[in-house]
Formats: sequence, C-alpha cells, structure tokens
Amino acid sequence: MAVTEVEPIVTARLGLPESWTLKTYVDNGGYAGLRKALSMSPGAIKDDMLNASLLGRGGAGFDAGKKWSMLAKGQPSYLVVNADESEPCTFKDHMLIEGDPHQLIEGTAICAYANGVTQAFIYVRGEFALGVERLTAAVNEAYDHGALGRDIFGSGFDLDLVVHYGAGAYIVGEETALLESLEGKRGFPRIKPPNFPAVSGLYGCPTVVNNVETLSYLPWIVINGGSSFSRMGEGVSAGTRLFSLSGHVNRPGNYEFEWAKATFRDLIEHPRLGGGVRNGNQLKAIIPGGASSPWFGPDKLDMALQHDVVQKAGSMLGSGSVIVMDHTTCAVRAAWRIVKFFHRESCGQCTPCREGSGWLEKIMIRIEQGSGREEDLELLLDVCDNISPDITWPPKQTTICVLGPSIPPAIATSLNMFRDEYLVHIKEGGCPFD
Amino acid sequence: MALYPRPRSALIPVLHLAQEQDGYLTEDAMVHIGELLDITAAEVYGTASFYDMFFREPVGRHLISICTNVACMINGAYELVDHAEKTLGIKADTTTADGEFTLEEFECLALCDKAPCLTVNWRFFGPVTNQDFDRLVDDLRAGRLADVVPPHGTLCRVRRTVGLPAQVPFPGREGDPMKKPVRDGDGVGAAAGAPAPPVDKRTPGERVAEGQQPAREGAVPQVDESAAQILGPEGTDTGPTAGGSRAGGGT
Repeated sequence: MAVTEVEPIVTARLGLPESWTLKTYVDNGGYAGLRKALSMSPGAIKDDMLNASLLGRGGAGFDAGKKWSMLAKGQPSYLVVNADESEPCTFKDHMLIEGDPHQLIEGTAICAYANGVTQAFIYVRGEFALGVERLTAAVNEAYDHGALGRDIFGSGFDLDLVVHYGAGAYIVGEETALLESLEGKRGFPRIKPPNFPAVSGLYGCPTVVNNVETLSYLPWIVINGGSSFSRMGEGVSAGTRLFSLSGHVNRPGNYEFEWAKATFRDLIEHPRLGGGVRNGNQLKAIIPGGASSPWFGPDKLDMALQHDVVQKAGSMLGSGSVIVMDHTTCAVRAAWRIVKFFHRESCGQCTPCREGSGWLEKIMIRIEQGSGREEDLELLLDVCDNISPDITWPPKQTTICVLGPSIPPAIATSLNMFRDEYLVHIKEGGCPFD
Repeated sequence: MALYPRPRSALIPVLHLAQEQDGYLTEDAMVHIGELLDITAAEVYGTASFYDMFFREPVGRHLISICTNVACMINGAYELVDHAEKTLGIKADTTTADGEFTLEEFECLALCDKAPCLTVNWRFFGPVTNQDFDRLVDDLRAGRLADVVPPHGTLCRVRRTVGLPAQVPFPGREGDPMKKPVRDGDGVGAAAGAPAPPVDKRTPGERVAEGQQPAREGAVPQVDESAAQILGPEGTDTGPTAGGSRAGGGT
C-alpha cells in the first residue's frame, strides 16, 4: 500500500494560468476527446465505458457505464449533470467547476453523444457564484469554438447545454430532487420505483444523471481507452479518484491519486497529501465519506481507500471526503453538528426524517450543554432505529430518500466509540472540552 | 425561458434575477413571475420559500454567510461567529441598522480546505481569522471590494449569448399532466405521438433575445430589466480567494 506515481487526470490542468479559459484548455489538449468521440459510434463509446469501470463519484458509487446502459429508449431524453455539491466537507466539484469548466463541458458533450441526448443541463449549486460565472462564460466560448450547438465539429451532432443554478438546498443533490428542482419546484425527492431517472426522469422522460467528477474523466477515457483507466486502481475501484481532505491536518485540500492503492494513513500523513495531523496531535476519529458515513477510529488507518473494502468494514467512501478530527475534538459536539445539518436540510416529506432529526438534535444539544440524562443514550438509539431500523450498514430505510438513514450513523458510531465521553458530559453537567 | 423545455424550469433562475433587482423577493415580483411562467403566485412563493438563498424580506447590502458545518466548526467557526456578532453589533440572522450587513450561519459551503470560511454575497473568503474578518468588513464598508463582491442578489454577472431551442418532452408523460402545453410545437407533438423539435429558423442572436425577454405579451416582468446588464467573459475573472484555483497536490 502506497501512494503510486500516476499522472493526474481531472486535476491535470488546474495549476495552469487561467485554467478556466478556452485558450488554456485547447492549448493543453482540450476537446480532443470530444473530437475522437464524434468519430466513433455511440455504441462503441458505451462499450468502452463498461471497460473503464468508472464508478459514479457523486456518493452512491454506481457504475456510470451501467447507468448509461439502463437508459430507456425514447425521444427526447435528457442529460442532467449533478453539480449541486453540498455534502459536508466535500469540495472537489467546486474546484473542478471553477478551475476547469471546459473539461466538464467536454465530458458532458461526450456523454450526451454516447447516449443520443441533444439537450443537457448542468445544475450548479447556487452558492457557487464564481463557478456559475466561469461555467456560463465557458459555455459561451464552447459554442463559438463549435464544441456545442449545431453540427458539433462538423459531425452533424447537435447539443444544447444549459447552465442552471439552484438556490441552496442540500436535498437537491439527491438525483430525483434535482430533477424536481430543475422543473422549477421544491426539491422533494421522488419515490423510486417508479421514478428511476433512466426511465422516468426530467419531465417524465428518460434522463441520465451524472456527477461532475464522473463526467470530467470522460475526455481522458475516450482518448486513452477504457481499459487504460481500469488498469489503474483495484477491481471496481478503478482509475484515479479525487479525495477531499479536511479537518485537523496540516495540508487540507483536494488530492487526486490512483484509487485503492493508498490507505487512510497515506492520505492523512503523506508529505505531498495531508502532511500529518496538525501540531503533531493525536488522531481521534475520521469520517471517511461525508457526513452521512459511519465514523472510523485510528485502528482503521491502515485500511485501503477502496470502495468495497470500506463498505465491508461498515462505512463508505461516499463522495470521497475525509474529515480528520484530532484529540481536541468533542465527539458529542461533532455528532450534534452533523445531526443539526440533517435536521435543517430535511425536506419534510417523510415523518421519521422530519421529526426524528429534530428530536435527535434536541437530545444531542442537551447532552452537549450538560443537561443530558443517562437514559438519553438509549433514547438516541431508539429514535435512530425508527429512522433506520436496526441501524445496520448499509442502512435500511423508512423514508423516500437516503437523507433520513444518513442521520443515525454519526450518532451510532460516535456513541459506540466514545460512550465514555457522552457519559462525562452527562455526569459532569457540561462539555469537558469547553 | 426559451432555454427550457417547460417555462416553469426557469423559475429558480428568474427568482435570482428578481432578487438581483430588488435585493430580496418582493411580493410584486413573485406575482409577476407567476404570470410570466403561467403558474400561481402561491406556487412561486411555495418554491421560493424552500430554498435558503431566497429572502422574502429585505437583507443588508452584504450578506455574510459563515459556514459552521463540521470542518469549519472544528477549526473555530463558532468563535468566528461570536467575533462577527461583536464586530457588527448584531446577532446572527439579523441586519445592521444601516442596512449594510446581514449575518447568517450557513451549512457547508464547500471550501473546507480553507476553514473557517465564509461568503459575502456568495463570493468566497477563507480561511478567515478574527483580524481578517474585521479588515473584510472595513473594506466592504469602504467599497474597496466592489468589483469582487457585487450587491446582494447578483449571482451570475455573465449572460448567456448562445443557444438552441429546447427539446420539448412528451406532453402526455410530463410530471404534471393537468398543465396545459404552453410552447409552440407541444400540441403538434402530442397529436403525432412523436414530438420532433420545431424547426428553428432564427439566428442564435434572436433565440437569445427571446430567452431574455418574456415570451408572451402582456407579462413584462420587472425582473428582466436586469438582464440588460451584460458582461463579457472577462467579467468572470474577479474571483476572491477562490478555492478553485488550488490544484490537486497529488501525484
């Protein structure tokens, strides 16, 4: 296990001056992937995608090539790019949108061509004002360059790409809520089945929904071939991957490296990556895949950053964000903040999530502030159990979408790992870290 | 609106334009938008109220949103909020008496490598110390950051200049079957059962003009006045300490 030396794919151009402009993009090989794709048949691109074994980088980790193959026939069909990155401590798409918008546009165009789609939308999180501006400017440039619009690069293929922006709602990152929002409605997730986007998505038409990072790999995959991509990594954890590292490390940031070869320890301690825990402090816990994922203790540091390995160990890599907490962190407070987030962002459709998240937040803050009772610990788990029966991993669901079942892991794992800390809060009537 | 297969899809961007014009969403604007998109004012309000970025009452010229989610919290975000409240002399979720600043706690802003971070009118700053915050407030008050931080409500200063006509979905399969078709070509597609995109003989410029003007007569919305303010791509190169410019440090 080690950080291997491979060329970055999606972050290759990010250090260049004005990396968001067409000139920099084209000077550095931009749009060659789209030109090659247009000379191939859509079927050949889809086959190559299956070879690439590109797992969706949005959080669910579903094979993008398989997702495409499930798209129902029928015109019109749509492509919606999920750029509504809001998972706490995930900031990779933010960087890609601002730093290399043309790469996303090219990947989007390749995906559209392969799936026979002639209208695509990029739904950008509204808070990314600079990203929206750069992407809009890039779309204008791409039309002038002939990479979007009518008869792209003389191939006869037409594609219209709309940069759409949201207005602040975490739940819109869920793909069916994203489509509702794109239809101009509240971001309420739809019940699946029957509303699988591949069959019944935007306006009830077949729709491909892919994440920003996922599509950003496409130009490289088309040029180099799917098997070159899947040669990197390990099994389903193929290719390179971006990890968002944050919290108590010396060098927080987004890092792209070969997937499944490095461990959590490599990511946190390698001098070119995290550079170690700040001030030489002791590591207390990590949250391996966004706020929804169960926590790990230091004992898991030597585990490979690999999709199925982490899954088997009872958590997930999710959106690829790793939060590091050192020994100065109050576990109760951190778990409370995660629950508070889900309470605020629950869309309110399903009772277990809407009510349960509020109850959990109230109990958590009462413990943190020193008014907790010992029986609160069982009460917490009882409410969690009502949202996600048996509090298993992967979680069971009593709600329309997975936001509800995302609430219990932080509480259940922090309580499991730091039960003593919870008890100190209760017995001493306050937070020992204050 | 012409960019979208269904006019209602334009609702959120149009609400942003209304907020750009007035600084918040006035009732008048929401009624007008309802007329423009052929939905009720209640549907406009009901959608707007779902989203955190829309304000239905006036806010300060500078909306300061401090992230307090986990990565920022463990790097001192709540201490920064306390400091900001002292500096501005207000509590979070309120506005200074002179109407210059509104302070709010916000959820993860996706700049976690620069924690604690904040946005002013959705322009990013981070990491922010107490001293940085005070300097930022001084600069904003003195107008020294006017080209980086536009007035509250202005989200995208780049306007789209290109586009093709939208692909009209199967009318019979739309999510809201009671809605009458409102675009030319919709009805034709319904009858034929295979809705081909309408042949478009306009120039791109004409299409865009339609995209920025109300498609139907009699519903001239006040929100569209702001669309006249068109900036070129160079208008984008105004990022503050943007996270996007940081390259991945991996191999």
